[in-house]
Amino acid sequence: MIVVLTIAAGLIYVERRLLALFQDRRGPNRVGPFGVLQVVADMVKIFFKEDWIPPFADKAVFIMAPGILIISIFLTFAVIPFTDTFLVLDSNIGLLFFLGNSSLGVYSVVLGGWASNNKYSLLGAIRASAQMLTYEVFMGLSLVGVVMMADSFSLREIVLAQKGGWFVIPQFLGFLTFLIAGIAETHRAPFDIPEADGELVAGYHSEYSGMKFGMFFVGEYMGVTMISALITTLFLGGWLGPEFLPPAFWFFFKTGFFICLFILIRASLPRPRYDQLMEAGWKVLLPLVLLNILVTGAVLLFKHTS
Amino acid sequence: MNTIFYITAAVAIIASLMAITNKNAIHALLYLILTLLSISVIFYTLGAPFIAALEVIVYAGAIMVLFIFVVMMLNVGLQEEVENRWLTPRKFLIPSLLAAILLILFMIALKDFRFENHPAIDVAPKEVGISLFTTYLIAVELSAILLLAGIVGAYHLGKQKKKVTHRFLVKQARIKK
Repeated sequence: MIVVLTIAAGLIYVERRLLALFQDRRGPNRVGPFGVLQVVADMVKIFFKEDWIPPFADKAVFIMAPGILIISIFLTFAVIPFTDTFLVLDSNIGLLFFLGNSSLGVYSVVLGGWASNNKYSLLGAIRASAQMLTYEVFMGLSLVGVVMMADSFSLREIVLAQKGGWFVIPQFLGFLTFLIAGIAETHRAPFDIPEADGELVAGYHSEYSGMKFGMFFVGEYMGVTMISALITTLFLGGWLGPEFLPPAFWFFFKTGFFICLFILIRASLPRPRYDQLMEAGWKVLLPLVLLNILVTGAVLLFKHTS
Repeated sequence: MNTIFYITAAVAIIASLMAITNKNAIHALLYLILTLLSISVIFYTLGAPFIAALEVIVYAGAIMVLFIFVVMMLNVGLQEEVENRWLTPRKFLIPSLLAAILLILFMIALKDFRFENHPAIDVAPKEVGISLFTTYLIAVELSAILLLAGIVGAYHLGKQKKKVTHRFLVKQARIKK
């Protein structure tokens, strides 16, 4: 748990430096060597900030919302196998557990926006709920191909099934759609329409301050870490890799690669319009995913009979 | 195992009571979600992890989000007055009578039920899938057709002429004509 939190906090620094690199700037470089301590300074600042709850907000729900986000993401890390032996829970419904948690994560955004009792927050929450529901549909469907090939919902067995070859090659369509759905699910740029600052101030967390905002902020980075770790396990063979380095290294290396990819995507792509986002989801990605399932099923059936 | 069951069952009952009695629509929905989550825990302890996961994904994760979405859009807050006008005690009479009959029947049916005769068996996701697509195939197909009908109906209700809302696009549409 502490590891995940540290990674998430460290990511804020990495993101700012990488974004600066991509955009030909310097980024934070004053606090500590290479500005590493910038995040620590920010954290101290955010802890001591006044934690203000607006008088017009729905207090109980307002406080609960950021907690739901953090809990749902932390619970997902329980089923991710870091190596063959280093994992918290090897469940035969591991993948469904992740999907259930990600669908509960929607509540944090929706309730946070609603409880703020502010029209920009509410608009952000409505956008977020529609977007996340849409992308959840084919997030689940894009994993069906993987499950069919691995013959199990258990993430450990899915990794073990990739000994002969990573699923990213036979399941390339599934991989692509899962990546896109993952970005949308963590509502990062370019899919950060629920918090589009040009239109909605800060979307659903406009009214949040202090550590509650910090939880939303860190939760986003934890979500990125989680999606990257899941892509690694599901499509890139998890801890599998050449023998000369320990399996844990391979896992963290691949995860780190995807985290950097997420940051690069944020740095380089513009935000789509809202209806474009929904249309792309329902009219392009959903048929693609269904096609992927059909082809995978046909190929597996052919292999099975011959 | 039994203590877990009793605790979650108590949570489910309290949460559903709160869901009916709460006057704030969103709070009531949140309690309903809590009920669904505790029911999912009960399914898990009874040896049906697949159903437990589906309960969370489908009910708590998808359907209830839609409920909250609609409540948010309609901005249903405290609606005591309307409720007091619509829901008079007399209207509760017949439904409660019918529910009481059901309860009595259920108790009679449960009288000879012993948990020892029905031990919890772990049902793996695979077995659920196999039985769905062999024994209960017709039911699955029928529900698929029902869903299709629902989609077609929703499409028909939601269909409308394409409207151009942005002034820039309006200008462009005029130029095209």
